[in-house]
Amino acid sequence: MGTNSQQGAEVDVRTTDAMNQVYARPWTGAAILLIGLIAVALGIAVCVNYGYQDIKFFTVWEAIFRFDPDSSEHQIIHSLRLPRVLGGAIIGAGLSVAGAIMQGMTRNPLADSSLLGLTAGAGFALALVFAFFQGVSFNVLLLIAFLGAGLGALLVFGLSSMAKGGMTPVRLVLAGAAVTALLTAISEGIALYYRIGKDLSFWYAGAIAGIRMSQLQIMFPWVAVALLGAIALSRSITLLSLGEDVSRGLGLRTGRVKLAGLAIVLVLAGAAVAVAGAIGFVGLLIPHVTRKLVGVDYRWIIPCSAVLGALLVMFADLASRMINPGSEVSVAALIAIIGVPFFLYLARKEERSL
Amino acid sequence: MMQDTYVLSDSQKRERRRITIMFTVLAVLIVAVFLVSMNTGSIRLTPLEVLRTLFGGGTSDQDLILFTFRLPRIVLSVLVGAGLGVAGCVLQAITRNALAEPGIIGINAGAGLFVLVFTAFYASPAASPVYMLPLLAWVGAGLSAVIVFGLSYRKHRGFSSTRLLLNGIAITAGISSVTIVITQRIDAEQYQFYARWISGTLSGQDWKFVLAVLPFLAVLIPYVMYKSRTINVLNLGQTMAVGLGARVTREQAGLLAAAIGLAGACVSVSGSIGFVGLIGPHLARRLVGTKHQVLVPASALVGGLLVIAADTISRMWLQDTPTGVIVAVIGAPYFLYLMIRSKM
Repeated sequence: MGTNSQQGAEVDVRTTDAMNQVYARPWTGAAILLIGLIAVALGIAVCVNYGYQDIKFFTVWEAIFRFDPDSSEHQIIHSLRLPRVLGGAIIGAGLSVAGAIMQGMTRNPLADSSLLGLTAGAGFALALVFAFFQGVSFNVLLLIAFLGAGLGALLVFGLSSMAKGGMTPVRLVLAGAAVTALLTAISEGIALYYRIGKDLSFWYAGAIAGIRMSQLQIMFPWVAVALLGAIALSRSITLLSLGEDVSRGLGLRTGRVKLAGLAIVLVLAGAAVAVAGAIGFVGLLIPHVTRKLVGVDYRWIIPCSAVLGALLVMFADLASRMINPGSEVSVAALIAIIGVPFFLYLARKEERSL
Repeated sequence: MMQDTYVLSDSQKRERRRITIMFTVLAVLIVAVFLVSMNTGSIRLTPLEVLRTLFGGGTSDQDLILFTFRLPRIVLSVLVGAGLGVAGCVLQAITRNALAEPGIIGINAGAGLFVLVFTAFYASPAASPVYMLPLLAWVGAGLSAVIVFGLSYRKHRGFSSTRLLLNGIAITAGISSVTIVITQRIDAEQYQFYARWISGTLSGQDWKFVLAVLPFLAVLIPYVMYKSRTINVLNLGQTMAVGLGARVTREQAGLLAAAIGLAGACVSVSGSIGFVGLIGPHLARRLVGTKHQVLVPASALVGGLLVIAADTISRMWLQDTPTGVIVAVIGAPYFLYLMIRSKM
């Protein structure tokens, strides 16, 4: 017993040492969290305020904190604008954290839920629901999206780990592309056969505009728990990101951590797909930017990614409403305009390091 | 090189015989599937009736069914498969990557985007000029392929195959984001039209499409076959090829253009069909070996067989599920299998 705890203490010391050696910039991180959270709050106000109908800031404030069901302005804010803005922020945070966890756990700079088959998996599951079990509650829909994302992830990670030489970044991305092609093709087939293509595509289109308060209320607890779980797990993810052998040597139960991390990723990605369809590249972009800013300690990367991701999707949505009022450009396309070149850049770097 | 030797050793003779047998088997299979396919449909015709109609002895109803409805579709499926097979064969040889394939390097996505834009502008795509759609799809396919290749080219070292795949995936992902936006602007009927295209359906195609794709195949496949020795050399790698005196960049550019032109022409008439360019050459390589003099025609045959078989299966048992879906269901697992085995 005594030697056991002694050993435990020794491992703890070594782990703390290792953690201390991880490059991190806590001040920058703290600043990002503080300023970021203020920016999110301000951003929500600005985004809610912007719209076809001019509504005063004060009215926005009132609508949020002293809701009056008889006022039409309050109604607009409550039923249309607020869910959209909050939904964007939650999805952005979720996708970014999912991306950060995947990048950390697999040590793969090219990881993103839409690139690694999770989005296609969730989409496939929802195509099945639309075709065969129309009219299920949003609760069930959400669970099915988690399962679908899980199917996609299982295929991609399972198959690439079967390869000789293991899960290299390039292999993961290729497996992601093939699994996405497969699941999308089957979804398309189902959609054509049951003539639900238009519904499916509408839902798939990253329809942040269509988010309803009731959906948010169901989705929020899941995402909140997953985000807290991610923060709780962040220390272990930092150790994992040092490499499998190192983290095992430091006494980390890598299997458990990976399982927990995967569960969190599935909830975050699945929830995002279930309410907003396919929004790619957020989970790729934000963790990289965050890493540049705060260093490689995931205890900082995860919360900062959440804040920055929320800001990105929220303001991309605002921009999409401003660019072409009336007929809106989708957020997914706007983010892809930044995301594609960024991916090309990363691919170039990745290939050089191979 | 086989043709240069006057005296063939025993093993060479055996090899030749094996190749001849393989080609014969492939051709017989295609003819067999072709006949089955002609029999398949809502109105059953006996094999004898089919044969009689083919040689001009059928009733006018039988003529209509076979020559107007079934034959163009079946011929088109073989042509498209052959074109994609050859395109894939060239791409795999030049990039020296077993996973290179027209779909994965962005050709289908580019064609799809242009088709969608066209659909969105024409209220009813069915009423538009006949060759407008394939032409635009072809341009789109070419543009995205040129972008992907352009981004993957490095001076003095040629195309980086890993980067080629990654860039292709990136461009495809970007295009699909844009695509989703446009699908929101079109009505349900237009969407159905586009959805049929993007999932690669051959139904409702007539002779005009056969005529549209035929010139590409008639020019580009002989060109590729003519260059097959050059492909053998290029397949050895940049340094080796330069050492052997090949004008690498020029030959690569010419062959790539041919591959892109072929694949673009095929998907522009058939809709987005992926993975044929992957499976075709791989199976062909197992059957006839790696010499491109025989590999290129074998890829064409295997590709053609694959698509005609998928199309026939879809019409027989799967209520006309788009051919592209069926090919993807077979092709994607095959891709994954190759991916697992490849070093990367």
